Amino acid sequence: MSVPRHWRENVKRYRLLGTKCNSCGQLHYPERTVCPNCKSRELEQYKFKGRGKIYSYTIVWSPPEGYEFCKPYAAALIELEEGEIVTAQLTDCNFDDLEIGMLVELVIRKLFSYGESGIIVYGYKFRPLLPRSE
Amino acid sequence: MRHMSVTERKSGCDDMEEVAIIGIGCTPVGEPWHKSLRNMAVESTWAAMDDAGVDQVDALILGNMSSGSFNEQESLGSLIADYAGLGNISAFKVEGACGSGGAAFKAGVMAVASGYHDLVCVNGIEKMTDVVGDNATKILANAADREYESIHGISFPGLNAMIMRRYLYDYNVKRDDLAAFPVNSHKNAVHNKNAMFRKEISADSVLNSPMVANPMTLMECAPICDGSASVILTTKERAKEFTDTPVIVKGCSVKVDTIGVHDRKTVTSMNATVTAAQDAYKQSGMQPSDIEAVELHDAFSIMGAIGLEDMGFVERGKAPRFAAEGQIGIGGKLPCCTFGGLKARGHPVGATGIYQIVEMCKNLRGEGVLDIERGLTHNIGGTGSTVSVSILGRD
Repeated sequence: MSVPRHWRENVKRYRLLGTKCNSCGQLHYPERTVCPNCKSRELEQYKFKGRGKIYSYTIVWSPPEGYEFCKPYAAALIELEEGEIVTAQLTDCNFDDLEIGMLVELVIRKLFSYGESGIIVYGYKFRPLLPRSE
Repeated sequence: MRHMSVTERKSGCDDMEEVAIIGIGCTPVGEPWHKSLRNMAVESTWAAMDDAGVDQVDALILGNMSSGSFNEQESLGSLIADYAGLGNISAFKVEGACGSGGAAFKAGVMAVASGYHDLVCVNGIEKMTDVVGDNATKILANAADREYESIHGISFPGLNAMIMRRYLYDYNVKRDDLAAFPVNSHKNAVHNKNAMFRKEISADSVLNSPMVANPMTLMECAPICDGSASVILTTKERAKEFTDTPVIVKGCSVKVDTIGVHDRKTVTSMNATVTAAQDAYKQSGMQPSDIEAVELHDAFSIMGAIGLEDMGFVERGKAPRFAAEGQIGIGGKLPCCTFGGLKARGHPVGATGIYQIVEMCKNLRGEGVLDIERGLTHNIGGTGSTVSVSILGRD
């Protein structure tokens, strides 16, 4: 169990903080220190809105060690409104309703924990976009 | 800095040697609980040395993904050289996840081509069954981006299942056609005494097997297993001293792509495969139509399909139909996985790339099911993050 390994990522994971290249405008999630598009090292922090649509998805029936507690679970590649793709679990959903193109939004949930006395690692998952009165 | 290909070097200066494979050896793939990591590596290394008729090499290069996690053992170069009785030679490990074997092979080829070493052993070794299933699944997920993919609990089959779903969506492919890949591999494993599963299966049994990660079923996934395979390399010029049937390395390339699937422009093609294949074709002066057989990286049915398309053998979206029509079978247009592939020979991850080389050598030496002049091996690490393509020929 490593506390610093998760601690240093916490804020970025909770707020979906990536980077934007000041040279070519390319957005990155996860954050980078070198832009893979133009090799610029002049990057600034960029906060993604946390909304997107399902690019592809699966249901994991044979989870890796440590994730049995939420088995089976849906996982997806989410194409964010800004165009970047992130990998995350889907939550609060019926598996049968899932489809490519479904609108989803970010929520903060428990990802896993290091046993009963260990730390709990939180991060983003995505759920079907809730209807809003806007 | 400019990358210089082998072809350019050949035309520019003559100091690069052509490389030949003069010895091959491997252990049966399976769950040999009575054999240890070192037992298996030493067994295949000496089998290859015996085959070449040598009792010493100048260097031992190991392809291995995760002995630290699977066996709590690092310092692999020292361990295997020590227990193989090779003394204090040059020995070290090369890692590229499931593509470690192919990457180690390139390191061996470079060592001989450059003249740095005369006689090199490349050994792919993985002992996965020292841990239980879900722990192995966790270790395998280390091949992806731990902080941004694996941390979300997405297994390796899970990542490939998402690639598969998008592939089916983009190309409107008949899903059932993908079952032809595992069916072909199992059929070809029957004759291979070193294969893990020597039993034919039907497409129905593939499609009706338990779901691992929708839409991918258990029988579309390669097994967790142990294995070790080794080859002995020297220059083409010296090869005649050792054997009448040397196999020549005509092309050998390793390329990488983004670690995360989410960072690729498309998930239905692996850019590392495309570029490694182009590089290997250029080095060998060949094109896809010159290749007579392929040892394809079919860790998952979808990987086999995308591999055939990325290497230019089949048009985009057409590989599943090509396979379902029997064109990847022995006697088809392009025999693939002629010794059972990853699915049925087995996929001891870091060893797989060298098993493929050993098997292609058998076909080129007239000891396999095929009698061919030119073959290609295709080894993927991660979800296409490290890919090696090698082209081997009789001369």
